[in-house]
Amino acid sequence: MHWQVVWDNMDYFLWGAFPEGALGGLAMSIILALLGIFFAFWLGLAAGLMRLSGRWWLHYPALVYVEIIRGVPLLMCIFWFYFLAPVVLGHTMPEFQSALVAFVVFTGAYVAEIVRAGVLALPKGQMEAARGSGLSHVQAMCFVILPQSLRNMIPSFVNQFVSLTKDTSLAYIIGVNELTRAATQVNNRTMNAPMEIFLTMLVLYFIVCYVLTSFSRRLERHLARYQARN
Amino acid sequence: MNYQFNWQLVLKGEYADWIVKGLVVTLKISAVSIVLALLMGTVVAVLRMTRIRPLQWLSLAYTEFFRNTPLLVQLFFWYFGCNVILPEAVNKWLYAHDYEFASGVIGLTVYTSAFIAEEIRAGIFSIPRNQIEASRAVGLSFVQAYRYVILPQAFRIIIPPLISQFLNLIKNSSLVMTIGVADLTYMARQVESYTFHGFEAFTVSTLLYLGISLIVSFAITMYNKHFMLQVKY
Repeated sequence: MHWQVVWDNMDYFLWGAFPEGALGGLAMSIILALLGIFFAFWLGLAAGLMRLSGRWWLHYPALVYVEIIRGVPLLMCIFWFYFLAPVVLGHTMPEFQSALVAFVVFTGAYVAEIVRAGVLALPKGQMEAARGSGLSHVQAMCFVILPQSLRNMIPSFVNQFVSLTKDTSLAYIIGVNELTRAATQVNNRTMNAPMEIFLTMLVLYFIVCYVLTSFSRRLERHLARYQARN
Repeated sequence: MNYQFNWQLVLKGEYADWIVKGLVVTLKISAVSIVLALLMGTVVAVLRMTRIRPLQWLSLAYTEFFRNTPLLVQLFFWYFGCNVILPEAVNKWLYAHDYEFASGVIGLTVYTSAFIAEEIRAGIFSIPRNQIEASRAVGLSFVQAYRYVILPQAFRIIIPPLISQFLNLIKNSSLVMTIGVADLTYMARQVESYTFHGFEAFTVSTLLYLGISLIVSFAITMYNKHFMLQVKY
């Protein structure tokens, strides 16, 4: 067993060469996931509400976007943005940015489904009562429906964030300096401790994701008390 | 945008053969993993339902650990790390055969079975408890009660989420390219690096993935329409 390799490189796994060099490792994975979920939230909110709209020119673009992205592997999505950005933009995009765009576009489609399900799960009477008391459709959405349904969606968002944290490992394939890439670098350099290194990676990812999952479960129980009922 | 499209390149000839070969590998590795994951997932779910505490903990640890770690790292672990623990003879046999394919199958199976176990458990729990009490009361044995009353109802509920897990597995199988299994994604990338015509290669393979997904989601929708209405309490 060569656990010494793991301990010697632990700081590289956690934050890369940070104070002297570029940030990397687990810190980079988490930054990628946080930025990804932040932008994906707004994209998903827009797409989800568009899909609920009765106007066909809002409904169909959102429907096509969500169905296409959900039918394609994330890896394909990453390759699309990485290899095809130069064709469309005329210049290459840095790895970090193109991975981030791929994550946002991919996760946005899943967030859109969460938003749609969350809004539909609210009792119909909420919208009817809001319209009945004189609010416009947009006002009813902003002041009555979304505040309630977004709160109910929080656990699903946390779960999506966990998925995204796991998915950031795919950024390794196009060369973003995150945890999985740090692991393969150390593995290629040392050659004698693959089992120890990848087991450590699994444990590191597990700690982050498990903490978030437990948090989301607890939140779910807590929020269940405040739900509007039929 | 000065890019010359050449669709003939990926629709005919050698590169088209590569894409088709890749598709076959994707379907093959998915099919093998789906069957194994279903078996493994059922075993893990059943372990969780037994009254034996250590088995329950084992099953809980399995599902929590494999659901909360990235598939990519799991694949690396099976591919790079596993041969240290295995006996020499097993390693020799694996190296002589398709080691990449085997690691890919193990990775996909273990990862997906953790999700499938949770779906099965949720399905069985969604059947009201008094169903089993009633079936025991009319004289069925425990196994008979499960066989004739609980499972037929539970499977109806489980099947749609189960199929979407299969769909996830097919999409996740694109990750096996990282350990060198020549699947659809791998071949698309290969065509890209041979010809610089990535646009065409990625379009074709994306459409193939999309086709599989749409067929499967259509199947789920049809199933829900025809069978889900019958389950009511």
